[in-house]
Amino acid sequence: MLVQIRELTKLYSHGEIQVTALDRISLDIAGGEFVALMGPSGSGKSTLLHIIAGIDRPTSGDCHVRDINVADLTETQLAEWRNHHVGFVFQTFNLIPVLTAYENVELPLLLTSLTGRERRQHVEAALELVGLGDRMRHLPRQLSGGQEQRVAIARALVTDPTLIVADEPTGNLDAHSAQEVLGLLQTLNRQAGKTIIMVTHDPKAAAFAQRTIHLEKGQLLNGNGQHP
Amino acid sequence: MAIPLKYNLRSIRVRWRATLATILGIALVVTVFIFVRSFAHGMEATYVKTGDSRNLIVLRKGSTAESSSQISREDARRIKYMTGIARDEAGNPLASAEIIVLILLKRMDGSGTANVLVRGISNTAIALRPEIKITEGRMLRAGLNECIVSRRIADRFQQCRVGDSFQSGKTTWNVVGIFDAAQTAYESEIWVDADEARSAFKRNFYGSVLLRPENDAAAATLKKRLLDDRLLSIKVQTETEYWDEQTQSAGFYRFLASFLAIIMSIGAAFAAMNTMYAAVGARTREIGTLRALGFHRRHIYISFLLESIVLSLLGGIVGGLISLSFNLISTGTFGGTSFAEVAFQFRVTPQLLGTGLLFALIMGVIGGLLPARLAARKPVLDALRSV
Repeated sequence: MLVQIRELTKLYSHGEIQVTALDRISLDIAGGEFVALMGPSGSGKSTLLHIIAGIDRPTSGDCHVRDINVADLTETQLAEWRNHHVGFVFQTFNLIPVLTAYENVELPLLLTSLTGRERRQHVEAALELVGLGDRMRHLPRQLSGGQEQRVAIARALVTDPTLIVADEPTGNLDAHSAQEVLGLLQTLNRQAGKTIIMVTHDPKAAAFAQRTIHLEKGQLLNGNGQHP
Repeated sequence: MAIPLKYNLRSIRVRWRATLATILGIALVVTVFIFVRSFAHGMEATYVKTGDSRNLIVLRKGSTAESSSQISREDARRIKYMTGIARDEAGNPLASAEIIVLILLKRMDGSGTANVLVRGISNTAIALRPEIKITEGRMLRAGLNECIVSRRIADRFQQCRVGDSFQSGKTTWNVVGIFDAAQTAYESEIWVDADEARSAFKRNFYGSVLLRPENDAAAATLKKRLLDDRLLSIKVQTETEYWDEQTQSAGFYRFLASFLAIIMSIGAAFAAMNTMYAAVGARTREIGTLRALGFHRRHIYISFLLESIVLSLLGGIVGGLISLSFNLISTGTFGGTSFAEVAFQFRVTPQLLGTGLLFALIMGVIGGLLPARLAARKPVLDALRSV
């Protein structure tokens, strides 16, 4: 299994009140899977995604990705781990507004030992893959929402990460752009074998995934945490 | 590799209003710093250039300047005819008994009056100071109330051109020549005959005696002879030593420069800090994104600190360029030891420009430290959720 989650609990404290975001969740995700995490607001789906992606820490339990317990890593190790193993796609695209599409995609490669020429090859290939080979020198504000999200996807896959996490990737897009982005994710999963974990509210978006995991009040529904 | 500098440079450009305000604030501080320092530097250079190490100057014991020294006529005569003093072609000892008097003259620009230093000289004064050249008119002649005026005084005060005359006390002085003093302290003087000056200003003493020993060996003997003479209560030093001591008035301006700079730099550092806090606040989500992509806290810290340094260096460069506009401008100010206007040039040296840039850099580091720390310590998730 690429992702193995056991007895994962996440508690948030708001003053004296303690909120259970995730309640002893166990879940397996295989390499090459495209999984959709669904559930109402506050169900814990984003929290689960953030822990898997190494930008949040569990209160207890284990989250192994490729046999590394993410919860055990230090802040610095976690940053390096994210760079090597995780590609992020955010709802709000999160491109750096003052950098061009090319420069945004190149960002995670700056932390690798690749030469300038190698970086250029990787960036150009990623942007070609998402169909934006002709928009490399454009700033984010010169792109449509769908194009911005495609740049974000190029940035997520340029390091050839172990998994791509997408948090409501179509939440800010019109229906047409949403279809394009979901289709692109599906292609990456089917043709390139990328493991994708996507949080969504939208059943139509979830339909692009191979498996949908439902969460409610911090727990998995229907016991669908185990890989079929 | 760190976060590319172009990220910071373009972000600075995007926030151009705040950027410009900060750059101008720092530029102002650097300009004032360089202005006052170049002022001090110019004064200092004027004094340092003055004096001939071969000459000895005799003052009354305990005096620190010619203006506060008194040498009686008898003592001046005794000093002048000591053995060991060089002689000119006519066989006269190269010794000039001199007196310093302050007079009020009207400024050329009509902005009121200022003290100007009048030096009563003997006829060997120019032989003792070969750097003095008469560039217009001729040398003064004793007994005719004639004077020669330095070029800078002629340019800065009324009635000081060749052919002009000005009144001081009951005497009318006729300007017969303009001299160039090679940017020494004499650039701030009017020269008249010493005995006429004593008579016109009712002094029965001289202020100093400047003399030239026959040679270096004779200088030490002559100095000892002068100091050992029980009839004389004097101090003897080389002319260059004397003028070195006069640089203390420049020291005040150096202190003023440092004081003003420190006070103003605190304000400028806060301005830089404020700008950087605003930058961190506006780019919190970008910081979160960079962290999520794998950049370490130290990358974020260095990036924002560098941005602050770039801002301040830009301010430093602008301040330096503004400062260059007053390089070599001639001006005058009240000289601390002579109580007269001292003419000098602002000296914006490369070293001073470098100090100004360094000063800006320090402001940038101080202003950027806390905002950069704040940026680096933001939890990734909180930063990503920032609106």
